[in-house]
Amino acid sequence: MTEHMTGAQALIASLEQVGVDVVFGIPGGAILPAYDPLFDSRAVRHVLMRHEQGAGHAAEGYAYATGRPGVCVATSGPGATNLVTPLADAHMDSVPMVAITGQVATPLIGTDGFQEADICGITMPITKHNFLVRSAEDIPHTIASAFHIAATGRPGPVLVDIAKDALQSTIAFSWPQNPELPGYRPVTRPHGKQVREAARLVAEARRPVLYVGGGVLKSGASAELRVLAELTGMPVVTTLMARGAFPDTHEQHVGMPGMHGSVSAVGALQRADLIVALGARFDDRVTGRLDSFAPEATIVHADIDPAEISKNRHADVPIVGDCREVIADMVVAVRSDQSEGRVGDYAAWWAQLERLRSVYPTGYTDPGNGSLSPQYVIQRIGELVGPDACYVAGVGQHQMWAAQFIDYERPGSFVNSGGAGTMGFAVPAALGAKTAEPDRTVWAIDGDGCFQMTNQELATCAVEGIPIKVAVINNSNLGMVRQWQTLYYDGRYSNTDLHTAPRPEDPDGAESTGEAGQDPRPGRIPDFARLAEAYGCVGLRCDRVEDVDATIEKAMAINDAPVVIDFTVHHDAMVWPMVGPGTSNDDIQYARDMAPDWDDEE
Amino acid sequence: MSLHTLSVLVEDKPGVLARASALFSRRGFNIHSLAVGPTEYEGLSRMTIVVNCDRHPLEQVTKQLNKLVNVIKIVEMDPDAAVRRELLLIKVKADVNTRSHVLETAQLFRANVVDVGPDVVVIEATGDPEKLQALIRNLEPFGIKELVKSGLVALGRGARSITDRSLRVVERSA
Repeated sequence: MTEHMTGAQALIASLEQVGVDVVFGIPGGAILPAYDPLFDSRAVRHVLMRHEQGAGHAAEGYAYATGRPGVCVATSGPGATNLVTPLADAHMDSVPMVAITGQVATPLIGTDGFQEADICGITMPITKHNFLVRSAEDIPHTIASAFHIAATGRPGPVLVDIAKDALQSTIAFSWPQNPELPGYRPVTRPHGKQVREAARLVAEARRPVLYVGGGVLKSGASAELRVLAELTGMPVVTTLMARGAFPDTHEQHVGMPGMHGSVSAVGALQRADLIVALGARFDDRVTGRLDSFAPEATIVHADIDPAEISKNRHADVPIVGDCREVIADMVVAVRSDQSEGRVGDYAAWWAQLERLRSVYPTGYTDPGNGSLSPQYVIQRIGELVGPDACYVAGVGQHQMWAAQFIDYERPGSFVNSGGAGTMGFAVPAALGAKTAEPDRTVWAIDGDGCFQMTNQELATCAVEGIPIKVAVINNSNLGMVRQWQTLYYDGRYSNTDLHTAPRPEDPDGAESTGEAGQDPRPGRIPDFARLAEAYGCVGLRCDRVEDVDATIEKAMAINDAPVVIDFTVHHDAMVWPMVGPGTSNDDIQYARDMAPDWDDEE
Repeated sequence: MSLHTLSVLVEDKPGVLARASALFSRRGFNIHSLAVGPTEYEGLSRMTIVVNCDRHPLEQVTKQLNKLVNVIKIVEMDPDAAVRRELLLIKVKADVNTRSHVLETAQLFRANVVDVGPDVVVIEATGDPEKLQALIRNLEPFGIKELVKSGLVALGRGARSITDRSLRVVERSA
């Protein structure tokens, strides 16, 4: 069954074939032919963004919410290069995504034509794969391959760059049955012998930990994980990328590991005799100084990407496979061991962890000067909004507090930029998540620095009817950088003050009087509440403890417009616990210069 | 650190060489030599990549290389179980006084003279890297004006080919 059509029509027909329902993009010269049939598509909705970076992050947000590849579209040259940051972000965090870019017509390629950029060359190191399509016949099978590669194996971003003349010429459309990719065969079935060996180690261990990474969410293995955890009784830690993979309120959850992880989670990994890593990659933010990480632990490492295994830490039992299949097979193997009386005894281990959990809970101290604690604001959002919502964080202090002070009970409830640490992620990713799941409440927890990088997408939200909530945790600073300046640069605050809140000395936000030693520059630039109003959103502000609940509830009551809340908070709040950069996890501090007492526990 | 020879079977697609070589540099590896050419199968090319690194990093880069969608198979060539050859073209000073010595040296290495001028000869030699190194060392006293080498190419010994599972397959070793 073939039908004659242009390359552009074939592109849209191909997107329809793979089941795309929404794309995020901005048109321009080279991609323009594709926008004409897109105009007519009933299956594919196009959300017109205000910046291509926003389109990329929106596609990521969509992918996090649905598990299916998010799609973004941009034109050649600067349109395509604006996708570089979200592609790098998706590459680091294994987000399935397909980026479609227009390219100058084939006779112009390589001539420095107007709006020409070698986007395939540029994105080679930050995509799972990319394609340059020079002829219309190649469009259908390339789109089929791109979606297959993006969604299978270790997911990731795929870019398809299509020359303008390929979009304009006519072909006989036929949809390929199977993409021809002889070099692409991801292994999903784990090796039975390795899985049985892992189960044996679990039964023999005295101090085991399930170290759960984002791969568990990517493979949809939360239910299997819970069965395995409850069957074995092992403690569970969930990384920043795995928040929600295992319920936070489950008694076997001992917290998030890493630079700003809980003392109990970091302590559990450090003292473990067995670490079962599932879809995790021993990232430096988790291990701290690598040579001192979990010195006594035997490592079982299960990952779908063989290149992750033994990359940073040697795996004693490597398992290549999809996390869901690995965990399901482990459940069978553990049950078999248990039926023959081989059951792990972790009572003493749990006593140690319970002590760490109760003596060193993740908390914060109130500034005591009447200013608002950012941790309190985030905690109240989590408590009032509840676990069914989707929380999308930017990058920095607010991100860490959102990971620490909101309880995540279900997969997909926390979305953030982990590996790349992309400031500006939250607003467009929240937009994408809300587009994917219009009935779900989506809150962006953002910082004043992050928010200013991508807040133009509020216009997209307002115009397209995507009513997200944005809580700007406004400490008027690049807060995490300021924290490092406090800790490691002797309090020399070089270029971290963003002036988005009034000076502490003039609470009304009036211009400073310019006294000696004071920064004479004005605060509240911009005024986030008024900025929100200018973008057709509802703008709210809160800077007093007693108003926090009422403000959150007011935002929750508004469902016909995006809401932005400027929570003006304490400037000097810091993220604790903290493993200092380049130091060992053993040297974690739960507050400034306060180290936990490990020795007490034997 | 030691030299390792990888035979990499790839799809003959635009950009595949750039993908492979960029991966080495991005992961901090120096490619010692690289040769690419067609194979007995249409649509498939074979790269022979020589890298200088330790065993563990080699496994890592091999796994990364294997993730490239256009890479079909990677085999590490054990020097004892493979035929390894390079081509050398070398321009050596050779006047009436030294020419016979130069030609004698070339003959000892079964190298051919492919161009002769009043003061120089160009010698062509093939062999494994050790033999070519020895030839160069022996020609050095005469004065080397210019030299160029192809990258190393290698084939496993015996009846098997890279598409069999015989040689130690580094791919998916985890």
